Amino acid sequence: MSKLTLKTEGDTHVLVTRRFAASPEAVYRAHTDPKIVQQWMLGPEGWTMPVCINEAKPGGKIRYEWKNGKGAGFYLTGEFLELQPYSRIVHVERMHLPDPTPDNHVETRFDPDGTGTLMTMRMTLPDAETRTAMLATGMEHGMEASYVRLEQLL
Amino acid sequence: MQSALNLDAAFAAMADPTRRAILARLATGEATVLELTEPFEMSQPAISQHLKVLEDAGLIVRRVDGTRRPRRLAKAGIEAIDQWLEMLRRALEKNYDRLDEVLAAMEPHKKGKTR
Repeated sequence: MSKLTLKTEGDTHVLVTRRFAASPEAVYRAHTDPKIVQQWMLGPEGWTMPVCINEAKPGGKIRYEWKNGKGAGFYLTGEFLELQPYSRIVHVERMHLPDPTPDNHVETRFDPDGTGTLMTMRMTLPDAETRTAMLATGMEHGMEASYVRLEQLL
Repeated sequence: MQSALNLDAAFAAMADPTRRAILARLATGEATVLELTEPFEMSQPAISQHLKVLEDAGLIVRRVDGTRRPRRLAKAGIEAIDQWLEMLRRALEKNYDRLDEVLAAMEPHKKGKTR
């Protein structure tokens, strides 16, 4: 059973949904308090976020830096556009690998769902090509895992 | 079942970023060489060459439709894309599993007093 859904929509969107057993207020705070963000937005096992800037106000800056403790690292920057406590956040973000990727426009909604929260994240990329490039970039990591598996077979 | 996937050919085919991008594009539906040429700054023969490599590797197949030869993902190509989506899904799920724990630790503090 997976509580997470991830799908593409139209030419330029990616849609993610996830349910949480906590109030919209708590889930919203977990996205807008840097001390909390730093505890969970870490990606794969072994990575940490030594720098977490999250100025949750319109025009406020976002900067997340990740390190894996083995010399690898990358960062993301962005700006908040709109915030409606505790129901909606709109921001833009880009990864620096180290060249910046095109802006990803992200709307995150927190809707009451029984005693919990349904989070809906809608990413909008500038065009179909950019989303395709994002898919292709993401596939690099899948490829890496495939190679590891292949090495185990050989 | 009709043909075993040639792993070496599949990995070699996917080692190229343009070919990965073509696979990602075909994940959204079938497309002709002309349609595939548009988003890439490459000549049609160059794209055709990439398509041949993908086809030989068993990742894509072509269909005959009058004078058109639209390409689409073969089963192996779909699996390659699915594998990527699954990786992304797992990375996100990992984040949100952590968030579940953080939230579980947060909520009790709120119960007694309202801020």
